[in-house]
Amino acid sequence: MGMSLGGVLNFLVSFAIMASIYAILAIGLNVHWGYTGLLNFGIAGFFALGAYTSALITSPKPVGIMANYVRQAIGLNLPFLLGIAGAAIVSGVIAGVIGILTLRLSEGYLAIATIGIAESIRIFINNESWLANGPQGLIGLPRPLHNIVPRCYYNYLYLVIVSIFLTVIYFAVERGIRSPWGRVLRAIREDEIMVSADGKNVFFFKLQSLIFGAMIMGIGGALYAHFSAAIQPGVFEPLFGTFIIWAMLTLGGTGNNKGAIIGSFIVWALWSWSTFLIFKVVPRGFETRAPYIRYVLIGLLLIFIIIKRPKGMLGEEAHVSEF
Amino acid sequence: MAELIVYGIILGSIIALGSIGLTLIWGITDLFNCAHGDQITVGAYTAFVFTSLFSNMGILQGKVGPFSFCWGVLLAFIPAVIISVVLALIIDRWVYKPLRHSGAHFITSFIASIGVAWVLRGFIYIIWGADFHFYSSGLRTVAFLPLGIKLRIDEIFIVVIAWMAVALVYLFLAKTKKGKALRALADNPGLARISGIDTEYMIKWAWGIAGTLIAIAGILYGIETQLRPEMGWIFLLPLFAAIILGGKGSITGALIGGLLLGIAQQVSTAWLLPTYKPAIAFIIMIAVLIFRPKGIFGRRHI
Repeated sequence: MGMSLGGVLNFLVSFAIMASIYAILAIGLNVHWGYTGLLNFGIAGFFALGAYTSALITSPKPVGIMANYVRQAIGLNLPFLLGIAGAAIVSGVIAGVIGILTLRLSEGYLAIATIGIAESIRIFINNESWLANGPQGLIGLPRPLHNIVPRCYYNYLYLVIVSIFLTVIYFAVERGIRSPWGRVLRAIREDEIMVSADGKNVFFFKLQSLIFGAMIMGIGGALYAHFSAAIQPGVFEPLFGTFIIWAMLTLGGTGNNKGAIIGSFIVWALWSWSTFLIFKVVPRGFETRAPYIRYVLIGLLLIFIIIKRPKGMLGEEAHVSEF
Repeated sequence: MAELIVYGIILGSIIALGSIGLTLIWGITDLFNCAHGDQITVGAYTAFVFTSLFSNMGILQGKVGPFSFCWGVLLAFIPAVIISVVLALIIDRWVYKPLRHSGAHFITSFIASIGVAWVLRGFIYIIWGADFHFYSSGLRTVAFLPLGIKLRIDEIFIVVIAWMAVALVYLFLAKTKKGKALRALADNPGLARISGIDTEYMIKWAWGIAGTLIAIAGILYGIETQLRPEMGWIFLLPLFAAIILGGKGSITGALIGGLLLGIAQQVSTAWLLPTYKPAIAFIIMIAVLIFRPKGIFGRRHI
């Protein structure tokens, strides 16, 4: 399989974009699980909400003959940044509602309840075709600043955009977690009863953490929508929407935002590169089954890390408060 | 409506059968096993291998009575159960036991079980590919019951086998010494240990029961629909809902939870799109959790 230098670069750039989007989702999960101890197994729900909200805000409502094929309840044709803002707000509001209903559950039950909610969101989008075209999904979503660079170089620009979002989110979370507010979250993770004995409203802090993390996940979803320019409910199934992100954070180091980023890059590299390597070694006639070796590889890596290095590659950083 | 309820009982029986092993392991080892679904898939495919083997050898090809499958499928229950139990014991020995002994948080073993699920599913895809498989290509005869209920004859077999397996497990847990030890362990692990119950030995028994039920559920599910690599994974979420409804470690709870979910899902199709079925399971589960956080039959711990 000969590949030109340009081809390799293009592959690396789209790899880096996807890994960075996953890193944003993993940082969102780190706010929930790493810092507050909330077992959110419904990442896919916020991922989908963010992607669909931004898509409906930024794309125009289909007209003419297209309206026969693409059904879309809303199409505001607004700029990209408003799409991102909308994604964060909608994810945050829905997270608030979910939190009020479920945050009083003990941790294991919260995990299962959130899986259920995320699946219900996906099934709803899939079935209610009037909302966002059902299973076919939305295509041709606007790509920000697409007219300032030639089409073939667009991904380089988008990588810059995604990197800016990743950096801002990284520093915002780092700052938040070192503040008195972040100290309360980590204290809740360690010993909820102690914190409530201290007169803090544990439920309210958990709710804030859930909303904050969900807003980050919503932004990740929006960035995904404008990168792939096409979204369908199938993308937000539990495997790629939730479980792979748990693997990324666990691998990199729970409670460590750098770990979240490193874990995302490693898992996504394993997932997207192993196909190429595998195709070189498998016998003929076996090509269609070869990609599934990835499931085995990532599964084994996850089990190995959990047993041998339960704190992940980096482990939690010692936090020294700035205040 | 009567028809939908009957379909619900069929679906509910398979869910109930699949969820007993899951809730037993949850109660005894604190493991919420994400690989349970993929173990079900392995059970179904193992039986498929033996069925094909028998048919290649030219034996056991006669159809069983009025059912669509041949004698080979019935005989394949035995090796499928054995392999499923051995697999469960191997996984426990190499993955969950080290975690138990390091006193890991229950979420650690939950994430490890996600890894196990991926490894199993990867192997299923690699060995059998993504295509659908069937135990038999035979015609599926339909029975006409009173009240205008149409039923595939195979489904009667599924319900009978499922409830026979459930009854046997129930008798085992209620009447035998080992069964009582298992229930004691699920009820209060600390007290059970002090009373001289060998925890690790009993955990092996729990996996034995779970492995057996997993294989049976896989084959019955395969007869009801078809074999595909994602079958168990997709089936897992209703199982989770059933055992949450039933409460941690409660066998009766899982049975009733499973039946309830099966019936609710099928009856909902009278008003909603069938694609909403899984969402119905979750909405019921979440509603129950909000009002009864320990499930319908859960123990109220302090």
